[in-house]
Amino acid sequence: MDFNLSDHHQMLADSLRRFLADNYEFETRNKQVYAEPWHSPEIWSGLADLGVMGAFVTEEQGGFGGSPEDVLVIFEEVGRGLCAEPLLGTLLGIRLLAALGRREMVGDIVAGTARTALAVYEPQVACDLSYLEADARKSGDRWRLTGRKSAVYGAAGADHLLVAARTDDGIGLFLPENPELISATMVDGGNIADLIMDDLPAECVSADCCGALEDALDLGRIALCAEAVGVMTRLIDLTVDYLKQRQQFDRPLAAFQALQHRVVDMLVELEQCRSITIAAVAAFGGSDQTRRVSQAKNLIGRMGRKIAEDAIQMHGGIGMTWEYPGAHYAKRLVMIDHQLGDHVDHVQRLILMPDKPNAPA
Amino acid sequence: MDLEFTPEERAFRDEVRAFLKEKLPDELAEKVSAGKELTKEDLLRWQSILHERGWLAATWPREYGGTGWNAVERHIFAEECALHSAPRLLPFGLNMLGPVLFKFGTEEQKRDILPGILDGSDWWCQGYSEPGAGSDLASLKTRAVRDGDHYIVNGQKTWTTLGQHANRIFCLVRTSTQGKPQEGISFLLMDLNTPGIEMRPIRLIEGGSEVNEVFFTDVRVPVSNLVGEENQGWTIAKYLLTHERTNIAGTGFSIKDMERYHRLSRQITRDGKRIADHPVYATRAAEIEAELEAMRITNLRMLANAREGAAGGRESSMLKLKGTQVRQAIQDLYRSALGHNAAPMASELSENELAVPVEAARAAPVYFNHRKLSIYGGSNEIQRNIVAKELFRG
Repeated sequence: MDFNLSDHHQMLADSLRRFLADNYEFETRNKQVYAEPWHSPEIWSGLADLGVMGAFVTEEQGGFGGSPEDVLVIFEEVGRGLCAEPLLGTLLGIRLLAALGRREMVGDIVAGTARTALAVYEPQVACDLSYLEADARKSGDRWRLTGRKSAVYGAAGADHLLVAARTDDGIGLFLPENPELISATMVDGGNIADLIMDDLPAECVSADCCGALEDALDLGRIALCAEAVGVMTRLIDLTVDYLKQRQQFDRPLAAFQALQHRVVDMLVELEQCRSITIAAVAAFGGSDQTRRVSQAKNLIGRMGRKIAEDAIQMHGGIGMTWEYPGAHYAKRLVMIDHQLGDHVDHVQRLILMPDKPNAPA
Repeated sequence: MDLEFTPEERAFRDEVRAFLKEKLPDELAEKVSAGKELTKEDLLRWQSILHERGWLAATWPREYGGTGWNAVERHIFAEECALHSAPRLLPFGLNMLGPVLFKFGTEEQKRDILPGILDGSDWWCQGYSEPGAGSDLASLKTRAVRDGDHYIVNGQKTWTTLGQHANRIFCLVRTSTQGKPQEGISFLLMDLNTPGIEMRPIRLIEGGSEVNEVFFTDVRVPVSNLVGEENQGWTIAKYLLTHERTNIAGTGFSIKDMERYHRLSRQITRDGKRIADHPVYATRAAEIEAELEAMRITNLRMLANAREGAAGGRESSMLKLKGTQVRQAIQDLYRSALGHNAAPMASELSENELAVPVEAARAAPVYFNHRKLSIYGGSNEIQRNIVAKELFRG
């Protein structure tokens, strides 16, 4: 039993935290992430220099990490720094490209010279891949894709856009030629896109890779949980600081027990969220992966919303302003639940699992 | 990152499991599992089985007949006991008075008192709370006035758990009214057979009487029964409260209760389908289970901190808070799942008259009884105060 980070992971965390603190200035961030191109090429290459994208895949695959702990460490710092760079789409894409042997593309992504994104979900909301409808047909030696994709994170500017579509064998992955995106800004910053495909020519990466796809998505969920833990940590710190400093009725707000107890409850839930994320990391790759990941995504979805709402409330009017960083942390915390299946989708996944008592390890 | 116990810790766990399988009497485990009240004989029987194995005093050093276990071993033992539905161990002598004597007692007190705790000849109970002193314990008024070689004690204690079985009590009493209220408190031991002490049961919300009120009228207590210095009682009380409590989260109980819920959810129906397949109950159970799994890991994380000497009052307060919330949520789910079948008083029916499984018959009384979890041991509001004090310091 050891919950300490390895020296290597601690160094990765420290260097990423320092990099974001020194370079990711809040006002500049807000200018970048709410308008095209929705991110900063300088920050992106800085992240590549730190080895962030390389940490998403193993050495054999062309990186220098690839463990769920790497993802945990990186995304917790992403959350603390409220970094809206398109790392989630990159994580999903690079994991699949690496799993399917696209070493050259992986190399470019690790170097920061190319970006990737994954188009999997569709306008009909469902976390379960069996609801996918987009279709891939082979005609001659070419494949053609038809259907509509939604919630493609960081699609704008992605060099390798991976599209999941139904084949005769199962669910395959494709690289379409010149996809046309319907891009939008996310409510909490960054790019999201839809993709309408009508007989769109595409290269087939794999005609059936459902297992790899599920694994990549589960790792993406772990990333979101870790990011949420980082966001919560910072948001609670901001709330405590504000309560200490803000005076009303000739006292700091921190002197009011009604507010003190709310903050303690937030803190207890944060520790619970951290714990369940650790449980998901530890279970990744094992027989309990889906269960632990869904437990984490469910708990963090519910608690994230609660902590975000409480933080806004305790800040009063300031928490409602665009100018205040805490507002953007709170916004991110709520919107994280909308990515890769929300707390309802994940409780549904848990319910549909075969009966099994929660036996201790 | 590694969530597993070490090979030595796993071997220890196997040893505990084997012991429980062999030595824990079925009839005791069944009673515990069904939430039935245990008799004094039941509790003493289990205690003597553990004593025989040398596993009774988990928090004591070996030289005094304790186990000498570290925090992880204590956790493993407590969790396994809960998972096997072993009767609870009374904390008053073992986890409270014992550690107090190690730290503050005289050699004579240790020699006279510790053996009786181990062999069951003495049953200790606790005299802390008073009708006017609950969360604000330092405002306690029970007086001990020095008279030669004795103290004369007058006053009233309350919420004395299982005092009906006890022959000894340790009390916080007021020996001075000078200065701050905390500065005039002493830690005093008494024989319950001393003239002037009267114990009366308090009937609780579910109908049981596990707690009592104790009245003291001109009770003469030898001065040698004082632990520590006169007016040092608050220091001792605080030491007890912050003394590391590995099982404070009660995750073993919660895991066991969740298993019991799963069993029930496959036995009973609602709207023609098993509760296990009912969308509302399945959702609630899955969400509570996620919290329980998080709680299990939180507990291990804090245990790992304790092993490195880094766990403090804040950690144990947070464990107590969340641990009791999760346990109460499971009790609530269990009672609720039974619908109208939770209503009949099980004690008036025989087993074959029950409409629900035997172990579910007392679901509602057990639920009501467990509302105590967030009140005793420092209410959950007091725990929040403790964490907040640290958080907002400076």
